[in-house]
Amino acid sequence: MLISVTRGTRKSDIMRSSTIYIIRRIVFAIAVIFAIIIFNFIIFRLLPGNPIDVLYGGKILTPQQMKMLYQQFGLNQPMWLQILIYIKNTLTGNLGISYTYSLPVSSILFNAIINSLILGTPALIFAILIGMWTGKIAGWKRNSQIDNVVTNISMILWSIPAYWLGTLLILLVMKTGIIPVSGMFTIGTIYPNFISELFDVLKHLFLPLITLTLVTFGSYTLIMRNSLLDVFDEDYILTARAKGVPEKVVLNKHAVPNARLPIVSMIAIHFGYLVGGLVLIETVFSWPGIGYTIYQAILNRDYPLLQGAFLIIAISVVLANFVADLIYLYLDPRIKYEKFK
Amino acid sequence: MRNLNEFWAKYKKNKIGIVGLFIIIFFVLLSILAPILPIPSPTATTSQIDSPPSLIHPFGTNDLGEDMLSLCIWSIEISLITGIFAAIIIILIGLIIGMISGYYGGIIDEIFMRITDFFLVIPSLVLIIVITALFGANLFNVILIIGLLSWPTTARIVRSMTLSLKERQFIEAAKISNVPNFYIIFKHLFPNVFPVIIATGILNISGAIFTQASLVFLGVGNITDLSFGLLLHNAFEGGDIIGGFWWTSLFPGLFLTLIIIGFVFIGRSLEQILNPKRSE
Repeated sequence: MLISVTRGTRKSDIMRSSTIYIIRRIVFAIAVIFAIIIFNFIIFRLLPGNPIDVLYGGKILTPQQMKMLYQQFGLNQPMWLQILIYIKNTLTGNLGISYTYSLPVSSILFNAIINSLILGTPALIFAILIGMWTGKIAGWKRNSQIDNVVTNISMILWSIPAYWLGTLLILLVMKTGIIPVSGMFTIGTIYPNFISELFDVLKHLFLPLITLTLVTFGSYTLIMRNSLLDVFDEDYILTARAKGVPEKVVLNKHAVPNARLPIVSMIAIHFGYLVGGLVLIETVFSWPGIGYTIYQAILNRDYPLLQGAFLIIAISVVLANFVADLIYLYLDPRIKYEKFK
Repeated sequence: MRNLNEFWAKYKKNKIGIVGLFIIIFFVLLSILAPILPIPSPTATTSQIDSPPSLIHPFGTNDLGEDMLSLCIWSIEISLITGIFAAIIIILIGLIIGMISGYYGGIIDEIFMRITDFFLVIPSLVLIIVITALFGANLFNVILIIGLLSWPTTARIVRSMTLSLKERQFIEAAKISNVPNFYIIFKHLFPNVFPVIIATGILNISGAIFTQASLVFLGVGNITDLSFGLLLHNAFEGGDIIGGFWWTSLFPGLFLTLIIIGFVFIGRSLEQILNPKRSE
């Protein structure tokens, strides 16, 4: 929690506590990533049989592939060495071979993650903007009719399973044939130029983007509303009102900028939630991102791919959290003054 | 909130809470009464395949000719069981970790909270998908996995409540009088934390129902039990959407969403009543 500003703090102290803050976040991020790698190592070895049976069970492998896998897992080595080999492989991007696609997992995931970002980034931005806007209205007119409507709609949208909403939207627009409901490109199209390719992708992006935005923004609405209500209790708002500052100015210049701060930290916490929605929505719309890859991996029992996809998602979320922490530090000067244990 | 009547008087005034309560009572009754309702057995097939809603089949039929209304009603059970039992596990772990962490502080707190942070950072749905894909072929495992991986938020709430309660006089007094720690936690801390944590528990029920349905929709978890996730999965994989058979997706999803919203409404109202700072 934030602590009030200490008077007479010297500049060097500020620098030092910012540095400590950043170092703490870096250490935490690295620790989590290592824990995820170790977790990934352990979980696929908890299953009976050796990892090759588990990961590639029932699949016909050539002797050459078999030899490669034995080498990759270091199966004739002691356990501690196997862990080290696994960490080294993971860190160097060697995530094994997906037998569904007969391609290295890392190259499949690289394309998938870019497609996921194309869908996830604008959805996150829209969700935050809509959430902050609606949350501002609800918090401003608290306990009014409009507050009730906004809060209830946010809660309902937030409760709707993303894949079901996606399905309904597909059923609604499919008959019209205006926008495509599946995939990222129109199959079999040869694009004359980049603009027409971009246009085609945008058309495919439309429905999944709307779905993801709809199921995500509600949580930001509620956070913004609550955050605004907290700010309204602060003395400086009372002061501003007492000074006769117009209500609109109190809202937009005094309250909203301060209410934005918790949003930044909440974006990070809700990032995992967005990723969950992404997995389900990509599946419904066959959007070839990381979530769709997970679905394919489940259907085909392609464990190396599943393992790799989880690793990449988890690491991305940890990194996104780290970036959010840095933004928080930049936006909130108070944190620089905070004393750390 | 010692007085139950006083509590009910407040709850009655909360429109959202009453709506939620009615939704849940309706679905619980529907589920309990399923065997005696005048509906066909969920496994009874007819020759009417993929037929749209009609008087005989109000929700239509699926590709096996099974009655969708009956399938939807019989699916309620799995959602309720998953939600309630997973929430119990979440509350138990959340209470234990949160109270111990907040009460003892120091190194125990540090260790517990770093573990909590770890689970908070990792996208839980994806983690649950991976573990369920490997170990969770039945309902029991699915409940256990959801429960064991969804406690961090609850633990955080319990911890911060414990921290503020710890400063209160009755706990201080008990400490000075050399009352054993576990006795203080159980006799003084727990009764004060528990009522507020019920709201979180109800919200956990909706979260667990949501997660279980998502898992089965993706094809992992208890995919042999009749559930909303399974109905939606079958509709999606069977090409019902492309075929325009909207009823096989609309109705199961509607039931599922209503149950989730019912619990969310109840949970949010309880939160408002038990933690009134926000509401009035």
